[in-house]
Amino acid sequence: MTLSVAIRLARPGFDLDVAFAAPQGVTALFGRSGAGKTTVVQAVAGLLRPDRGRIALGDRVLSEGRTFLPPHRRRIGYVFQDGRLFPHLSVRQNLLYGRWFAGARATAEIGPVVEMLGIGALMHRPTAGLSGGEKQRVALGRALLSGPELLLMDEPLAALDQARKDEILPYLERLRDETRLPILYVTHAASEVARLATTVVVLDRGRVAAAGPVAEVLSDPAAGAVLGLRELGAVIEARILAHDADGLTQLAWSGGRLILPHVAAAPGTQVRVRIHAEDVMIARAPPQDISALNVLPAVVEAVRLGEGPGALVRLAVGQDRILARVTRRSVEALALAPGTPCHAVLKSVAVAKGDIGHGA
Amino acid sequence: MTDWLTPDEWQAVILSLQVSAVAVAASLPLGVAAAWLLARRRFWGHGLLNGLVHLPLVLPPVVTGYLLLLTFGRRGPVGALLDDWFGLVLAFRWTGAALAAAVMAFPLMVRAIRLAFDAVDEGVEQAAATLGASRMWVFLTVTLPLILPGIIAGAILAFAKAMGEFGATITFVSNIPGQTQTLPSAIYALLQVPGAETRAGRLVLISVGLAMAALALSEWIGRRVARRIAGR
Repeated sequence: MTLSVAIRLARPGFDLDVAFAAPQGVTALFGRSGAGKTTVVQAVAGLLRPDRGRIALGDRVLSEGRTFLPPHRRRIGYVFQDGRLFPHLSVRQNLLYGRWFAGARATAEIGPVVEMLGIGALMHRPTAGLSGGEKQRVALGRALLSGPELLLMDEPLAALDQARKDEILPYLERLRDETRLPILYVTHAASEVARLATTVVVLDRGRVAAAGPVAEVLSDPAAGAVLGLRELGAVIEARILAHDADGLTQLAWSGGRLILPHVAAAPGTQVRVRIHAEDVMIARAPPQDISALNVLPAVVEAVRLGEGPGALVRLAVGQDRILARVTRRSVEALALAPGTPCHAVLKSVAVAKGDIGHGA
Repeated sequence: MTDWLTPDEWQAVILSLQVSAVAVAASLPLGVAAAWLLARRRFWGHGLLNGLVHLPLVLPPVVTGYLLLLTFGRRGPVGALLDDWFGLVLAFRWTGAALAAAVMAFPLMVRAIRLAFDAVDEGVEQAAATLGASRMWVFLTVTLPLILPGIIAGAILAFAKAMGEFGATITFVSNIPGQTQTLPSAIYALLQVPGAETRAGRLVLISVGLAMAALALSEWIGRRVARRIAGR
């Protein structure tokens, strides 16, 4: 089932005009605050009526012209940034709330959902005493159990500290991998996009700035202006080969072999690795006697000069693409142009732990 | 006990309780509706409705009573209709005393319930809608339980106010012992009789006791319900 959105909406000082499709898997709606992400999600949920345009889920039209399905008839689960649990109901009653209205349509069994989210011990607790992370897991379970055909998540982790984020992210990955539910996931954190998303839609001031598979968009130099240079980087899929005695882990990917600090997963596991553009250097000749462990043969695919002294270079390494942030001076000195063969140098320590996700 | 109060005085106490209970019970749904309109809806005439609801709070009670008499009296436009269609007569009956008490207590009731509406997080209601609850179900399963403390507080406040209503009641339904003589009217009547201060004093004591009890009850229920709704 695919969600298709093509809507316009004008408000004083804000103008939204977006069109995109969200296929199966996690589609990240990514952008700075004020880019219009929440507005889009609210329009999809029916909490807000667009001025014009069309929103459809599969062949079911949710909003077009005079047709406007109210929220309770859309069958769309919505996980809000602030949880929004019912304060007068227990955790269990919260979980069962949507199920009661869905009737026979709610096929998800409460047992497996509770188990997947690890909230079994909370069932009879009131909601007031729950931690932020627990609240978000209950909110997620509540949405799942209402039998939705699409799940909306509006920055579900934004209000949490890093420890709580790390507590919830694995559940979101399981959700992505274990259900066939399309998920529209709003975030302004590129690390969440890299870890969770299959598709990305980048919003900037009410317009779609870039859209496509996550690896393509995050390594698109043109997206740098919107994503922010610090957020740019490639996302690659790799398989764990072995753990070495000195604490390093060897991984195999299409570009060859990768050596990272210990990755807590068994050999054979597929993982997602994010390589920041800032952490990649380029050498024309194979560097000798260098401390960096990962030196990979590459070919320049595209060069994008920035307005300042910087430049972004997209490299093809094996079947994947990675991004390097260098200076204009280096681009000229090395004569980098599309087709130039070179070597990508990345320090093994450059791959942060938080960016190692469990791949699909 | 029977020696302590005369049958007429007992009658006044019982009648006051009955009038106040009926006034609150009958006006509560209207009070919730008016509070909802004022708190949640923006419409043409919002300010007018707000003014109308609050009018009895600021008008001299005797004016309110007179206006009730003009409107709901036997010859009044509404009173004549009620008499023709339902055989319902309000003027100079205990039902009229209930109407007067309800009208006078209405602003207090609406204010308390409106505050409760304002305190409900509309985001939680939106969440209920996305979970499949229609507007009516959202109201019944989320909004109503959350405003319950406000409704109870409003109802008890209105009851206490109704128990003490005097000006509009005596203007609209007069002071007929056994029929429209409520507690305040009885006290007033006794104060007109030389040497009846002791009898009036007993009724005053009862009046004070009932008011205190109502306030204490409202505090107690309010705390209980608030605790339950906050999920503790």
